[in-house]
Amino acid sequence: MSNFPRGKASVVGAATFGMGESPGFTAIELAARASLAALDDAGLSLKDVDGVFVALPEDQFSGLSLPEYFGLHPKITDNNRVGGSSFQTYAIVAAMALEAGLCDVALITYGSNQRSATGKLMTPSRPFPYEGPYKPQYPISAYSLAAARHMYQYGTTRRQLAEVAVAARGWAQLNPDAFERGPLTIDDVLASRMVCDPLSVRDCCLVTDGAAAVVMTRADRARHMKHKPVHLLGGASATTHRNILAMKDLTTTGAVDSGKRAFGYAGLKPSDVDVLQLYDAFTINPILFLEDLGYCKKGEGGAFVEGGRIAPGGELPVNTNGGGLSCVHPGMYGLFTMVEAVRQLRGDTGERQVKDAKVALAHGNGGTLSHQATLIFGTEETL
Amino acid sequence: MQTASPPTLTRSPDLDYEQFLREGRFMIQRSRSSGNHVFYPRIAEPVSGAMDLEWVPASGGGTVYSATVIRPRAPNPPYNVCLIDLDEGPRMMSRVDGIAADAVKLGMRVRAQIITEADKPLVVFTPQGDAA
Repeated sequence: MSNFPRGKASVVGAATFGMGESPGFTAIELAARASLAALDDAGLSLKDVDGVFVALPEDQFSGLSLPEYFGLHPKITDNNRVGGSSFQTYAIVAAMALEAGLCDVALITYGSNQRSATGKLMTPSRPFPYEGPYKPQYPISAYSLAAARHMYQYGTTRRQLAEVAVAARGWAQLNPDAFERGPLTIDDVLASRMVCDPLSVRDCCLVTDGAAAVVMTRADRARHMKHKPVHLLGGASATTHRNILAMKDLTTTGAVDSGKRAFGYAGLKPSDVDVLQLYDAFTINPILFLEDLGYCKKGEGGAFVEGGRIAPGGELPVNTNGGGLSCVHPGMYGLFTMVEAVRQLRGDTGERQVKDAKVALAHGNGGTLSHQATLIFGTEETL
Repeated sequence: MQTASPPTLTRSPDLDYEQFLREGRFMIQRSRSSGNHVFYPRIAEPVSGAMDLEWVPASGGGTVYSATVIRPRAPNPPYNVCLIDLDEGPRMMSRVDGIAADAVKLGMRVRAQIITEADKPLVVFTPQGDAA
């Protein structure tokens, strides 16, 4: 029996900043801009913040750095580092801290200047001694090994992987803030430069700059703020390994576990979700997560995404901002899934809006399929 | 209740592993109580926490669990990176030498050999039997 505070904590502010290219700024500056924008969106100010949850690309002390930058003395800070899904874990801890009265306003934020600073993934991760000598390319080769195994075991094809990239691009074309909005066909993906078999460059997420922030508070207070509140109905995470050599079954992720618990806490089932944001670092990811979260059987994810099922106009809207593949990927993408989920439930995403969206899922992935975290958000009527 | 007395650890098992390789021996750990093999070297068996790990020779036999070809920009040649399931159970990252990088197939039987690379001993694999 869990006491997850279903519907007790709510997102009242959400923002992104500097998505794409933001030359001349540091990571913390971008995070600060996103934070201030999210607080403004909530009708709150810095002095209201007494909980800070933050990751920055290379700063292991971001839980100190951002409060100092803002002159805050928060009652609670967290810079748990489990990869791109860290932000999902922040929302879970923030919800519990808010419910327990440990803080009243939680700021969750992230910023990265990796594209402008280095042009590649900026990560504090260093080669593991039992992997490094074989020169794997971190992180893509781990995902390639997972994709290759999925193809071997279930007959998944490169064309099915390409469907994921094309669907993301379709959504990006409806999002004026997305970084890559040009035309993209399945044949374009198949013809693009092979990086790490079976993943080509169009199977890989973008390398961009960008920042995001969300502000959470207790639901009773949230009901009297600027926007209609978006409530956290359930959230759970699962850790399975650190290095890909220690992942037991490369075709099945911890999302089986995180999803089951998150749905359980929310009292919902997969078919209750109107719109999904699934961390798409590579095209294999949404296929694995659709299977593991219960949208299709194990091994059927490739066939599931065929025919534009997750693209605009398809029956299951996935990654409506364009995802990490076509919208934004500054290195740790999880918070962007949360911002898009919140915006969809507010109903203010313009052309890409999923009609009458009441329940949204924001799934984060960390490391090399190492950490999975699932959040389920709902509108007031889902309580 | 029988309890295994903890071994006297004098240094990281990483160092023992590497020293064995330098001597031409591919050794992995095994728990005396469970009989399960452990790789990479640790001070205790995962999950059980048993500290009764001893070094035993790996048979050298393995099966390719997954494989990828990394394709750097020219002129650097492509190379494979694999996950190999050792016959004893544990999985390790390695590569398969002796055939084209893209000729490595999942399910392929392979055999370990110790080479020296960048002045360090390294376990790689070659195809076994007909595939060679």
